[in-house]
Amino acid sequence: MSYDNKFQVSTLAIHGGRVPDAQAAAVVYPIFESATFEQQETGLTKGHSYSRASNPTVDALEQAIGALEGTPQAVCFRTGMAAITTLFLSTVKSGDHVVLTDVVYGGTMRLFREVLNGLGIANTSVDTSDLEAVERAITPETKVILIETPGNPTMKLADIAGIAAIARKHRLLLAVDNTFLTPVLQRPFELGADISVLSTTKYIEGHHATVGGSLASNDEKLLERLRLVRKTLGAIQAPLDAWLTLRGLKTLPIRMKAHSETAATIAEWLEAHPAVARVYYPGLDSFPQKALAERQQTTYGGMLSFELKAGPAEAIAVMNALKLWIRAESLGGVESLVTHPATATHADVPVETRHKLGISDGLIRLSVGLEAAQDLIADLRQALDSVFGGKSERSANHEVCQQAG
Amino acid sequence: MKFASKLVSFDVAPGDPFRPMATPIYQTATFEQEEATSFGPYDYSRSGNPTRTVLEEQIALLENGRRGFCFASGMAAITSITRLLKTGDEILADSDLYGGTCRLFTRVLDRTGIVARYADACDVEAFAAQIRERTKLVYLESPTNPLLRVVDIRQIADLAHASGALLAVDSSAMSPYLQNPLDLGADLVLHSATKFLCGHSDVTAGVVVAKDDELAKQIYFLQNAEGNALGPFDAFLFLRGLKTLKLRLDCQQKNAQSLAEWLERHPQVTSVNYPGLTTSPGHLLQRKQARGAGAVLSFTTGSVEVSRRIVEATRMFSICVSFGSINSTISLPGSMSHASVPPEVGELRELPCDLVRISVGIEDAGDLIADLEQAFAVATLEQASLSEEGEAEVA
Repeated sequence: MSYDNKFQVSTLAIHGGRVPDAQAAAVVYPIFESATFEQQETGLTKGHSYSRASNPTVDALEQAIGALEGTPQAVCFRTGMAAITTLFLSTVKSGDHVVLTDVVYGGTMRLFREVLNGLGIANTSVDTSDLEAVERAITPETKVILIETPGNPTMKLADIAGIAAIARKHRLLLAVDNTFLTPVLQRPFELGADISVLSTTKYIEGHHATVGGSLASNDEKLLERLRLVRKTLGAIQAPLDAWLTLRGLKTLPIRMKAHSETAATIAEWLEAHPAVARVYYPGLDSFPQKALAERQQTTYGGMLSFELKAGPAEAIAVMNALKLWIRAESLGGVESLVTHPATATHADVPVETRHKLGISDGLIRLSVGLEAAQDLIADLRQALDSVFGGKSERSANHEVCQQAG
Repeated sequence: MKFASKLVSFDVAPGDPFRPMATPIYQTATFEQEEATSFGPYDYSRSGNPTRTVLEEQIALLENGRRGFCFASGMAAITSITRLLKTGDEILADSDLYGGTCRLFTRVLDRTGIVARYADACDVEAFAAQIRERTKLVYLESPTNPLLRVVDIRQIADLAHASGALLAVDSSAMSPYLQNPLDLGADLVLHSATKFLCGHSDVTAGVVVAKDDELAKQIYFLQNAEGNALGPFDAFLFLRGLKTLKLRLDCQQKNAQSLAEWLERHPQVTSVNYPGLTTSPGHLLQRKQARGAGAVLSFTTGSVEVSRRIVEATRMFSICVSFGSINSTISLPGSMSHASVPPEVGELRELPCDLVRISVGIEDAGDLIADLEQAFAVATLEQASLSEEGEAEVA
C-alpha cells in the first residue's frame, strides 16, 4: 500500500517505508547488497546505478524516515557524523560562519576544530537556551544554526520555534539535531526548522546494532544538494545497515513511549534520594525549562542525568557498582546504559568549559532502556547503598517504587 | 527479574573480549581445533554455533525450560519432535491445527508408519477416550489457529501423562510472554518463531524447548543429526526481534482487544473469535492459563463473498499468511494457511469458509479500525449492488 500522511505516527512507522516490492510482493523489503545495477540500455537505469549514489534498500529507509519526519524522502548516511559532515559541506563554504549550541555533541565540535576551521569555516558556540544570545552570535557570514534539544548531558532545552523565527529573520538555515527525542516526541518542522539531523544509531535503530545518520528537509533543492555531496564524499548508508535500521524503526513509537515512562519514574526516584543533589530531566517539576518541554515535546524522552552530593570519585564508584545498567557510550537502545560524561562523551571539552556548561565531574548520564523500571531502580539503589551504605532512602521512596512496580 | 528486564538483560556475547551490545554473528561453517584430536566448545555450525547458543539459552530461560533449540522454520521444529516416535506409534492431536502441521502429520509421517488421529481437545472427556496405548505424543495449539479455541493445557497434560504419552504444545500464538506451557505440565513447547518471537515478518525460524535433560538430549541429537538448525544471521535477527517482545505484544494485544470489540458490535459480523472477549467460550480458561489473549482474532460475516471483499478492500492489512508481526495482516484461512488441511480433518473442525483471520500489529488502533470500516463499507455496497442486479434479472 502507499502510505497516507494523515496516519498516526505509530502507523507511519510501519507503513511509511513499505515500498511495494514488485518482484515478489515481499512484506519486508529486500536487502539489495549490490554495488552496481544493470543498465537497460547504455546509460539508462531503472533508478539506481551505483550504491554509492543510491540503493533501493537505503531508499526504503529514507522513505520511512521522511514519513516520520513529515518531509519528502530523507537522506541517509553511514554514521551520524557523516550526516553532519555532509550537512556542512553542502550548506557552507570557506568564509562562512556557523552558530552551534554550546552543548553540541563533542564529535561535531571536533569536526569544526580539526577539519572545517582549517577550511575557512568558522563557528561560534552559544547558549541556545537564550534567544538573545543566539541572535547576538549571528554575523553577516552566518549561514547555518545547529541546535540540539534536549542538550547533552544536562538536558538544556532550546526553543525551536523561537530560534526558527530568528533564523528566518536573518535568512539562515536552522538545523535541529533531534536524536534524543526523534520525530515521535518532537516535530522540528512543525516548529519551523529547515533541517532535521538524526543519529539513527540511537533511538531510530534502537537496538545498539548499527551506526547511521539521516538528514531530512522540506527543501527539494537542498535534498538534491545533500545527495550530490553524499555521493561525492561516499558517505551513504550500507544496504544491510539500512535494512536493520528500517526494521528497528518500526517499533520506534512503542519504544519511545516505554523509554519515556521508565525514565520519568527513575527521575522521580533519584530526585527523592538523599545522596542525589540534582536530577536533570525535562519532565520534573524542578526542571527550569519544563514549560518549554511541555510546549515543544510530546513527552520527555528516555535520557536523564544526575549529580551526587558527593564528588566524582563516588560517582564513578556508583557507576562501577551497577550490575544491570551497562557502562557504555551511546544511547537510545533497548539496553539501559550509564555514562560518565566528564571522562567519556565530553572528555575532549576543556574542564572550564565543561563546568560552565554544568557538566560537573560527578555528573552521571543515563540512557533508559526497556527493562522494568522496578529492576532498574533496584540496581541503582543497591549501587548507591554500596557506596553510601545508607538505607535511609527506603521509606522516602517507598511510594515511588510501588508505582514503578 | 521482571519479564521486560529478562528480554534485554542477559549476556549477549559470553566470553567475547569486546563486550558488544549486540550478539556477534558467527557466520562460520567450522571452527579451528586447538589440537588434531580435540575440539573446543564448537566444531561445526550444524552441531552448534555461538550466535545460536545465545539465542537458545535465552529462549529456554523465557520458557522456564531446561534447554532450547532453534530450527530453520517452525515446521522443522515440529518435525524434530515427531522424530521422537517410531513406526507403530500414534499422535493424537487437537482437530484445530495449523494446516502445515496437519500436512506433516497426515501426508509425511504416514510414510514411516506413524499414524496421526484428531479429536476436539476442548472436549476433554471425548479427547481422553481417544488416547490409546500406542498414543505416544499428544499435540495441540492453544489458543488454536484460526478459531482461537482455548485448550486446557493442564488437563490434557495430566491425561497424556496418565497413559505415558508426551504432551507437546505449539504456543506460537502466545509467546513465552503470555503463556508458559511447560509450567502447565507440557513436556515440550514449540514455536513458529516467525510469528511473535521474531515479530517483524523477516525471519523464518522455529523453536523447541524441552522441560528436562533427557528430552533435551534427544532433541539435540536430532537437531544435529538431521541438520535443520537455524543459521547464524537468522539467529542474530531473532535475538534482536526478541528484545521488544513485551512492548510489541502489549501494544498488539491492546489493539486486538479494540478491534475485537469493534467487530463484535458490527452488524455485518456474525461471530468474533477472540479469547479476550468476555463472551468468548475460552475467556475464563485463557485467563487462568495465560497472561493475555494475544493479537490474533477471527470473525465471520455469513457470506464468503463479503468476507473475500473485506479482505481485499483493506488497505493497511497485508493479505498474507503468517501472523504475529508488527504489521497487521488479514487472511481467509480456508483458502490460504489452512488449504493444506486434509478434507476429513477439515470436516471435523468445521472451518467456516467465510472466516476472516486478522493478526493485529502495532499501528494506531484508530487507523486500523477506520480501514476495516471502509473495507466493510466497500464489501456491503458491492454486495447490495450485486443483489440488485440479480433481482433485476429475475424481474
